[in-house]
Amino acid sequence: MSDQRDITISVLKYNPRDSDSNPEFVDYHLKETPGMTLFIALSQIRQEMDPDLAFDFVCRAGICGSCGMVVNGKPILACRTLIANYPDGILQLMPMPAFELIKDLSVNTGKWMDAMSTRVESWIVDNGTEIDITKIEERMEPKLAEEIFELDRCIECGICVASCATALMRPDFVGAVGLNRVARFQIDPRDKRSDEDFYELIGDDDGIFGCMSLLACEDHCPKNLPLQSKIAYLRRKLVSVK
Amino acid sequence: MKITYCDALIIGGGLAGLRVSLATQKKGLNTIVLSLVPVKRSHSAAAQGGMQASLANSKMSEGDNEDLHFSDTVKGSDWGCDQEVARMFVHTAPKAIRELAGWGVPWTRVQEGSREAVINAKKTTITEDKDRHGLIMSRDFGGTKKWRTCYTADATGHTMLFSVANEALKKEVAIRDRKEAISLIHENDTCYGAVVRDLITGELEAYVSKGTCISTGGYGRIYKQTTNAVICEGMGAAIALETGIATLGNMEAVQFHPTPIVPSGILLTEGCRGDGGILRDVDGHRFMPDYEPEKKELASRDVVSRRMIEHIRNGKGVPSPYGDHIWLDISILGREHIEKNLRDVQEISQIFNGIDPAIEGPEGWVPVLPMQHYSMGGIRTKKTGESQKLNGLFSCGEAACWDMHGFNRLGGNSVSETVVAGMIVGNYFADYCLENELEIKTSLIQKHLSDEEAKIDKILSLDGEEDIFKIKDTMQRLMDKKVGIFRDGVHLKEAVSELQELLAKTKNIRVKSKVKAGNPELEEAYRVPKMLKLALCIAAGAEQRTESRGAHFREDFLKRDDVNWLKRTLTHWANEDDTLPTITYEDLDINKMEMPPAFRGYGAKGMIIENELSIKRQEEVDELRERMEDEGKDRHEIQDALMKFDLPMNYRENNERIGDKS
Repeated sequence: MSDQRDITISVLKYNPRDSDSNPEFVDYHLKETPGMTLFIALSQIRQEMDPDLAFDFVCRAGICGSCGMVVNGKPILACRTLIANYPDGILQLMPMPAFELIKDLSVNTGKWMDAMSTRVESWIVDNGTEIDITKIEERMEPKLAEEIFELDRCIECGICVASCATALMRPDFVGAVGLNRVARFQIDPRDKRSDEDFYELIGDDDGIFGCMSLLACEDHCPKNLPLQSKIAYLRRKLVSVK
Repeated sequence: MKITYCDALIIGGGLAGLRVSLATQKKGLNTIVLSLVPVKRSHSAAAQGGMQASLANSKMSEGDNEDLHFSDTVKGSDWGCDQEVARMFVHTAPKAIRELAGWGVPWTRVQEGSREAVINAKKTTITEDKDRHGLIMSRDFGGTKKWRTCYTADATGHTMLFSVANEALKKEVAIRDRKEAISLIHENDTCYGAVVRDLITGELEAYVSKGTCISTGGYGRIYKQTTNAVICEGMGAAIALETGIATLGNMEAVQFHPTPIVPSGILLTEGCRGDGGILRDVDGHRFMPDYEPEKKELASRDVVSRRMIEHIRNGKGVPSPYGDHIWLDISILGREHIEKNLRDVQEISQIFNGIDPAIEGPEGWVPVLPMQHYSMGGIRTKKTGESQKLNGLFSCGEAACWDMHGFNRLGGNSVSETVVAGMIVGNYFADYCLENELEIKTSLIQKHLSDEEAKIDKILSLDGEEDIFKIKDTMQRLMDKKVGIFRDGVHLKEAVSELQELLAKTKNIRVKSKVKAGNPELEEAYRVPKMLKLALCIAAGAEQRTESRGAHFREDFLKRDDVNWLKRTLTHWANEDDTLPTITYEDLDINKMEMPPAFRGYGAKGMIIENELSIKRQEEVDELRERMEDEGKDRHEIQDALMKFDLPMNYRENNERIGDKS
């Protein structure tokens, strides 16, 4: 096809493990194919132009949250990013800030998320009640199950953290992702934690009182989670504790 | 030499591996989970539609039980499965789902009262009883008698994976991500752990353990057109194969899903059809009832996929720049239903294809085409999940051939298998690690480490003309073309020899960058030969199997042959320098089956070469059943008399259901 558009993908390359490496933008020129996403473009660059280029994809369907990166200044899931949405055909890619850089576009979101999950105890705390799995399950209001599911949709991609000014100033801030996890367990009747317990976990400036309500987390969330209203709700709830 | 010791080593951090880790951790074992990626990014997260378990809570699942789930699973497998394993599975699935409910999975629940649903393209009213309100809901899936698939909208795998992964963090399981097992450490037919490459530093290290469990998922990326994540390259099965001892089972049994979206190959869940979505051709005609009058769009996946291709071959496909496709129409379900229960499907269609599937009429139809989806084959194990040949090596989930899926897996049975096998195999694995001592010389560990170091050095030193990316691409395309949905002897033979040539070419490559860390081309260079070996197992097994069973369909042998082919294919790689696997077979014994071979109830009729033992065994089964029913025995006692099965923990206990009491 001769009417294929020329595009330029400019990537900030840097290998922090190599003392000879300096951060620099490298431009790759390629032809746009129909329906081309950044997953397709970057895979093609690696196969045909630069086998050394590092990036992370797993599901390539917007489900697993592996491929967050900063595209023309905005953090976004690369696999869902269509080249056609960039009219001038120039895309500048940088790794997400706030996470440890592995190489080029690859950052260690997994390590960050594990630490966050442990910090906010991102699991059901049931005080050791063993359920009998041979018996009929506990009932739950269908509406409530839906509400919990709504918050459980977070894929921990880290885009809210990369968008967040507090996260850049306070390295230990749990981010919208962490606060959303707390909001999720707070409404779950299977979780026996009280508001006081949640206050112990996130009742400080690295938690619920660190958020400056700049809203970028919600603006960029690829799952459209209601982050700001949940954070506001949680702050209201916890400010009345003690 | 960097060595880490543990009691239980688990390779693969998806749902199966993580559930195993909870079983070993619970029994006090020092457990380590290794994963290519942060575990919450595993391909388990992509399971959309749901998990089969016969809870029988909702109206459309009333009367469901283990017996029906068992029968659907065996028919689905085209009698290729191990029926004892299928029994172990269906009996534990309700317990698995209830356990997950306790760990926080927000299962969609039954809402009492009436609601509208679409069944067979017609609006129907379903009324849920008051006493079912708030229990776990289920939806319809292909090849099932009852609505049995429990779900959280269309993000079931995601919510399950997050619950299990967080439970593992809660129980302080040591999870190490960006670690890749590249070979198994073994001696005297016993496995003692793995040589592992750190994907950040490139460093090799040894993980030495009493027992090792591989749960690395499937090998879909051997094909070009696949729904699988990019990490699903079958490396777990490959390193087991490379021991020369462990066997792989039924590698030719590869499932093609009917409805990945064109061209990206991203899956649109079977829930689309389960909830009432239909398939249309170039004329907008709903064609599946013409081929499958009874199950229509909800026949098993192998059957629907073939019918779609058959219809395209009949000239009814929709032409596009990517070849012909079929339309999936879910608009008839209504916007409200789609935006609540099929939200990811809508999002995928909108983002990748610019189509809103909730718009009624052709504008909302989504292009779909069958593509590789699931690996029924894998590391062949005993019922405990331990390799039949290599002691101390266990496997479960998609990586294993346990074998509950036979030649075709039912939708909703895979994500279910991950947690169920995680519970069952996890416990047998834990017992093995408790009962066995680690007795191994450090020189053996050193030898395995040095061998792998040498292989990496060798790859970096090669200075040939071949490009590893091109070899991989050629393999993927030829697997699509010659080892796909429709197969025949001529093309399979060609595939085998072309794959052998490709394997030879991997010894004549050149990796451009010579660094050992952060070098994606190096990773391809050591993985692709492993993938080619798996591809050879698939193609050679398919060439030998001169019958059609489940997803394995031979145009030159159209019938299922119960006289000659009621057996499981076993492949192993006898010598390192071999270019072909060694194939042996394992017979399935009709006389021990609870359900002897018969017609599946869907697919073409009269296409079975019957084994006379089938009818004889059926008579035996019928007689026994009749006699015991007359004696007033219940279904559990009858089942026990027909075919015994064991389970660990309290998993053998009966499952309570709300209908029991009435």
